[in-house]
Order: sequence, then C-alpha cells, then structure tokens
Amino acid sequence: MSRLHCIPSQTVGPFYHFSLTSNTTLGCMTKPETSGERIRLRFRLFDGDGVPVPDGIIELWQADAAGKYRHPADTQQMEPDPAFCGFGRLGTDAEGACTFETVRPGRTPHGHGGCQASHINVTVLARGLLAQVVTRVYFEGDPALSEDPVLQLVPEERRATLLARPLSQGEWGFDIHLQGEEETVFFEI
Amino acid sequence: MKIYPLAKPGEQPPLLYPPYASTVRRAPSMPPIPLPHTLSELTGPLYGYNPVGETDNDLTRQHAADPLGERIVVSGRVLDEDGRPIPHTLVEVWQANAAGRYLHVVDQHPAPLDPNFSGAGRTTTDAEGNYRFVTIKPGAYPWRNHPNAWRPAHIHFSLFGPCFITRLVTQMYFPNDPLMPFDPISQSIRDERARQRMVSKFDLDLTMPEWALGYRFDIVLRGRESTPFEEQP
Repeated sequence: MSRLHCIPSQTVGPFYHFSLTSNTTLGCMTKPETSGERIRLRFRLFDGDGVPVPDGIIELWQADAAGKYRHPADTQQMEPDPAFCGFGRLGTDAEGACTFETVRPGRTPHGHGGCQASHINVTVLARGLLAQVVTRVYFEGDPALSEDPVLQLVPEERRATLLARPLSQGEWGFDIHLQGEEETVFFEI
Repeated sequence: MKIYPLAKPGEQPPLLYPPYASTVRRAPSMPPIPLPHTLSELTGPLYGYNPVGETDNDLTRQHAADPLGERIVVSGRVLDEDGRPIPHTLVEVWQANAAGRYLHVVDQHPAPLDPNFSGAGRTTTDAEGNYRFVTIKPGAYPWRNHPNAWRPAHIHFSLFGPCFITRLVTQMYFPNDPLMPFDPISQSIRDERARQRMVSKFDLDLTMPEWALGYRFDIVLRGRESTPFEEQP
C-alpha cells in the first residue's frame, strides 16, 4: 500500500478559547494524592518585539515524579502514578502568562542506555504560528543537566533558554521568546 | 534517530510566511534543533484527561433550540501514514457560526451571534478510527491581515494521535471555496496536492436525507517509518 501523506498544519488562530482552553482545570495537573515535589511553573510567552503574546496556548507533557510516562510506549517496569496524567493545557493571559501546578518529573530513559535530566515537553500554539513549536523545560541547578544527551545537542550559549529559574519557594519561571536576541531553543521532532 | 520521518518540503507550512502578517514577529528565526526521538516524544497524552459528553459531537444540540444555518455532517477516519486507523483518539473542533461570527470576545465582526450555537465540539475515534460531527456550515468572515481579507469557511481541528510527535492542529476547508486562492493561511502550504488534503469532499453517503449534507474529511497524522512489524522501542 502506498504511503499516505499527513494533513498539513494550520494556525490555531485567535478564536480557540471557547474550545481548547475553556477547561482551566487542565492547569492543575496534581491531585492531593499525587506523589512528588509540587511545583508551580509560570510561563511567559513573548514575540520578537518582546511584547507578551496574549493569545497563545501552552501544552505540557511530562513523566511522573518517578520518571514514568502514562503511556503504553513507556515499558519501564513500574506503574505510573495513578493520580497523575502528565498533560496540562492553558491559554496565556494579557501578560502572556499562565501558571501550571504540577510535580517535578523524574528522569526518563534516553533510549540508548542513557538517562535524560528531568524535563517537561512543551508545545506552543498561537495565532501567527502556522504549526506548533516545541521546546523543553529543564531546571536550573539540576546536577544532571551536564549529562543530558538532548542538551548536548544545543549550542552551549543557547542552553540557558531551556532552563526554568526559581522565582520563590516551589515556584519556577520559564520565559518563551518566539524570536529575538533571547529566542528560545525549539526542537524539530 | 527519527522513528517518525519528517514531512517533505512544501507539505507543511513554513513558520515564516509574510503574506500571513502575524508570522512576521512570531515565527522563530533560528532553525529548530533536530531531536532524536526519545521516550519523551514517543509517548503523549491520551484522550482520557477530559471525558467527552453526550452532545459534544453534535454542535446543533447544545442549546435549547436549533442553530441557524445549513446543517452538515462532517465525518472521516483518523489514520497514520501507512493507512492504519488511530482508534480512541481525541478530536476537538471549533468554528464560526453560519454568519461567520465566533463566540469570542475578540471577534468584533458585525455579524450576529447565534444563541443556539457555540461552535465547539469534541469526540473520540472508534476502534476503526472513525469520527463524526453534526454541525452547521460555518460562514466566511473578514479579518485584518490585508485590505479586504476574508477567511474561507473552515472548521478548526485539533488532534493528539498516539504520541507527542503526532500532535496536529489544522483547518478543514470546503470544496470549491472561491476564497481559498486569496487566503494566506491555506496558501502557506505551497504544495498544491498537500493543500488539497485540507479540503473536505462532499459525500452523498454521509448525508442524512431531509436533514443534513455530508462532508468527508479523513485525517492522516504523522506515522512511523514503514516497518509494520517493528517492535516498540
């Protein structure tokens, strides 16, 4: 059978709020019984002029605190945390910001015997983005950063764009610059 | 290693496409860094995070009375590039009403809102990858991208598929829409055949006699390298 071709991507546009982001409980990824270190992760999304993007969507996908993804392709010999699904989605506000409540993920396998540093996978959608862009949140000060195989692919001077920084106890900040001098590293997946 | 091969040039939009003005200050300027597919990309959110309600796939039954406009069925299959169905995956849609107006505070187009139409729907595919919505045909509407700019009638689609890589947000268009050649968003797909994949097909078999016209829209998501018997990574 000849291979089919995937449907092209198109922008999410400016008018999705009543559909994709109407359920704001998707910003709270934890339940009282969820295991692990609770964090609040505040995103800010900026365009190339440094202007906040007030009509963006941030989606998160992450492993649980033990490093297990709730997905059949994760064949590690452990059960995922039953109180954690790993998915979050919020729209940005007038300041380009949104805040998720989640747990710091555990380290996950790389696939070649190695181990990745704790990270959260991020999808960004917005008016003006004809397709989603994806990046990763790592955590500043994590001793595992130096051995993360994905970070090693990123030019050293740009790696800092992938680090969340502590704002206060339990709260981390991660700024996404779509363009400009501080442009965030995005990945081709 | 790319377990899911990349699209060919022209089959996906460039991020920077100046005729669509909003891309100019929002498209990243640095090339994205190629990422080998790890467990982080080969897993992804499955549908269970948000249960689907009974009228979620019938946008004409979400209010007290019938919405205005031309009632339609939009149905199809969600497949991977090898033609294998993608079962039990979430499909979310949103659209303008028959007058071309969104239920959205930012949409100030002077066309009427319809108190009987919200324009948001969701469903999951069945075991064979089939999905089906009942809705009304959305109207075209003006926007301010350039002088006298109009969007062709379209329905937004959002799908997750089996993993983080297969995420797709797109727009479904209607056959023979005279606005499409003037629309920079759809024209950002430079490959004509790829662009036509976003256009639904009128399908008499999907119509409901004396009730609704039918449009077929099959959705192909990124698939793995064609090795059907390969073990999971």
